Amino acid sequence: MTGGIIRVAVQAVELRGPGLPNWLVARPVLAGVAPYQPAPIVLSPPPHLSPAERRRAIPSVNLALAIGVAAVEQSGHDPRTVPAVFASSGSDGETISAILAALVTPAREVSPTRFHNSVHNAPSGYWGIATQSRQPVTSLSCYDASFAAGLLEACVQAVSGGPTLLVAYDLPYPEPLHSARPIDASFGAALVLSPERSNRALVELSIRIAGCGEATGCIDPDLEALRRGNPAARCLPLLSLLAARTTGEVSVALSHGILEIGVVPC
Amino acid sequence: MRPLALTNFCIASSLGIGRTATLSALQHGSSGLAACRFETVDLPTYVGAVPQLQDMRITPALRRFDCRNNRLAQLALSQDGFESAIEAAKARYGAERIGVFLGTSTSGILQTEQAYRRRDPASGHLPPDFDYAGTQSTFSLADFVMTALGLTGPALVVSSACASTTKVFATASRMIEAGLCDAAIVGGADSLCLTTLYGFNALQLLAEGPCRPFDAERGGLSIGEAAGFALLERPGQARTETLHLLGVGESSDAHHMSAPHPKGAGATLSMARALAVAGVRPEQIDYINLHGTATRIGDAAEDHAVVALFGTATPCSSTKGHTGHTLGASGIVEAVIAALSITEGFLPGSPHTEARDPALHCNYITVARPARVTRVLSNSFGFGGSNASLILGRAT
Repeated sequence: MTGGIIRVAVQAVELRGPGLPNWLVARPVLAGVAPYQPAPIVLSPPPHLSPAERRRAIPSVNLALAIGVAAVEQSGHDPRTVPAVFASSGSDGETISAILAALVTPAREVSPTRFHNSVHNAPSGYWGIATQSRQPVTSLSCYDASFAAGLLEACVQAVSGGPTLLVAYDLPYPEPLHSARPIDASFGAALVLSPERSNRALVELSIRIAGCGEATGCIDPDLEALRRGNPAARCLPLLSLLAARTTGEVSVALSHGILEIGVVPC
Repeated sequence: MRPLALTNFCIASSLGIGRTATLSALQHGSSGLAACRFETVDLPTYVGAVPQLQDMRITPALRRFDCRNNRLAQLALSQDGFESAIEAAKARYGAERIGVFLGTSTSGILQTEQAYRRRDPASGHLPPDFDYAGTQSTFSLADFVMTALGLTGPALVVSSACASTTKVFATASRMIEAGLCDAAIVGGADSLCLTTLYGFNALQLLAEGPCRPFDAERGGLSIGEAAGFALLERPGQARTETLHLLGVGESSDAHHMSAPHPKGAGATLSMARALAVAGVRPEQIDYINLHGTATRIGDAAEDHAVVALFGTATPCSSTKGHTGHTLGASGIVEAVIAALSITEGFLPGSPHTEARDPALHCNYITVARPARVTRVLSNSFGFGGSNASLILGRAT
C-alpha cells in the first residue's frame, strides 16, 4: 500500500432508516429502480441480550445492534472473531436528556442504569455482551463527519487485522437539545470490511484523503434530505453505488478535507 | 507493529500543571485529591480538581469552544513546549499530514448541565449562547485542538469511556502505518461535571475519602480531571528521540456495562496483545501502571490478570491516588507518567494506599523509588468492557 490509498472489500451491508427497513428492501430504492417512500423507523430490542438487558435497552443500542448483528450474519463470519468500530456523532440522546433533566431537580437522582447507558460506547459495550465477542471495539465521533471517520478507522483496522465491522448510527435528541443539535430521523448503516477481495465480497473500495472537494449528494430529494439530516446517513451515496453494484466514485466529507471512495464491483 | 517515536508530551492535572510539577509530585508522593467543592456538587467524596480552570479564559478567537473541557485542553497544550513541537512538526510534514486522534468521555457536558438551569421557563429552550458543536459535542475537543493549532489532517475522537486515551495510540499507529498521516497528536481531556459525579455516586462506586487503590480497606474511586497530549512520529525523524511507543493491545470484556469481568479475562487479553504487538516478553516489562481505580472488584480483577500474565515480581502501582480517576483522560495521564518513569528513572508509588490488600498478589509498590526503567505497560479499562494496554520503551 502506497500513497495513502486503502483498498478493502465490502462483504456485507445492512441499514435501518425511515422507509429503509433493511438492505433487501432498501437496495432497489438506493439503486434508483424503486421509489423512496419515507416511513417511520421501527426499532426493537436485539434478540441476543438477556431479558433484563432487553428491557433496559435504549434506542441507540437497538439500532446499532440490529444492523451490526445482521451485517455480520450476512458476511458469514463468527461475530466473536470480528473487531468493530462504532461511529456516532453523540451519545444516546434520550438517556443524556433524562440525566440532564434529573440534574436540575433538587435531589439530583441519576439512575445507575441510565448513567452507564449514557457513555458514547454503550452500543459497542452491548455489542460485546450480546455477541460474546472479546475483539476490540472502538467507539468514535467526528460530529457530522462521523461516518467518514468511522470508515477510515474501520478500513485501517481491516488492513492491519482482518475483517472488521463498521456500525454508523445517529438518532435525534429530544427537545430542548434537538433545537441546539438538529438530527432529523434515526438512521444507521453497517458494513463488514475485509482486506481481501473474495467471492463473498460485493464491491471493492479504494479510499484516499483529498484536501478539498465537494461531498456527493443523493439524486432523490427525500434521500438527500435524509443524508443532510443525519450524520450516519452521509453514507447514502456510497450505499447507492453498493446497491447498484456499479463502478463509480463518491466523496464524503471528513472534518477537514474529503474522503474519495472508488467503488468497483467484485 | 513498527515502533513510533514519542517526541513530545504535555500534561495538566490536579497533581500539577506541566511535566516538571507532575514529576516532582510523583517523586514526592503528593496527591491532587481534596474534599469535593466542585460547582454545586453536594456529595461526600474527594476529587482531583484543577483550580486554574475556574478563572481561565479561552483564547478570544476560540470563544465558541469555551467550556471546562476545552479550557483544560488549552492549559495542557500550553505546557512543556508542546505547541512549539507542533509548529516544528507542521513545518516538517505539513498541517494536513498530522493526524489528531483524541479521547474524551464527557467532553463539554458541564456546559449543557449549566445551560439546563437557564432554560426559558415558557418555551423550555436552552439559552441562545449554548453552542452544542463547540462544547457538548464529543468531537468538540479535537475540533478545538485542530483550530487552536492550525491542523487539518485526519481526525476523530474516541469515546470508549475510560479506555479512550489509550485506544487513540492504537488508532494513531494504524493511521500512520497506512500512510494516511506522517505524525499524530494523541491524548485528550476529561473534566469534572455533575453527570459523572452523580452517576458514579448512583453506582455506589465513589469513595468517601481519597481513593486507596489495592488497599484492603479500599472503598471506591475519586474522580479527577486532566488533559494531556503526545506527539507520535515515525522513528528517525526527530533530533532527540528517547521514547518509543512499542505496542498497544485492545480487547472487550463481553461481560457487563459497568462491572469488569471478575477474573479479568478482557484485561489479560489486552495486556497479552500489547506484549505480542510489541514483541516483548512479560519479564521485559519493568513497571506496570495499573488501571487500579480502587473499586473492590476492579482492583481484584486486574490483580488476577496481572499475576496470571506476569507473575508476582513485576513492580506495579496505580497512580489514581495521585490524580484521581480522570476517566477518559486516564490513558494519556498514565502514558505521561510511564514516559516520565522511563526518562527520569523512577517507579511511581500510590499515595493514600496504607495497607495492601493481602488477597491481592501483584508486586504493588506504595512509595516511589529510583529505578532504571526501560519498558512500561499501562492499563486502561472502561465501561462497556472496553480495555486497552500500551507499552512505552526507552528508544534503543
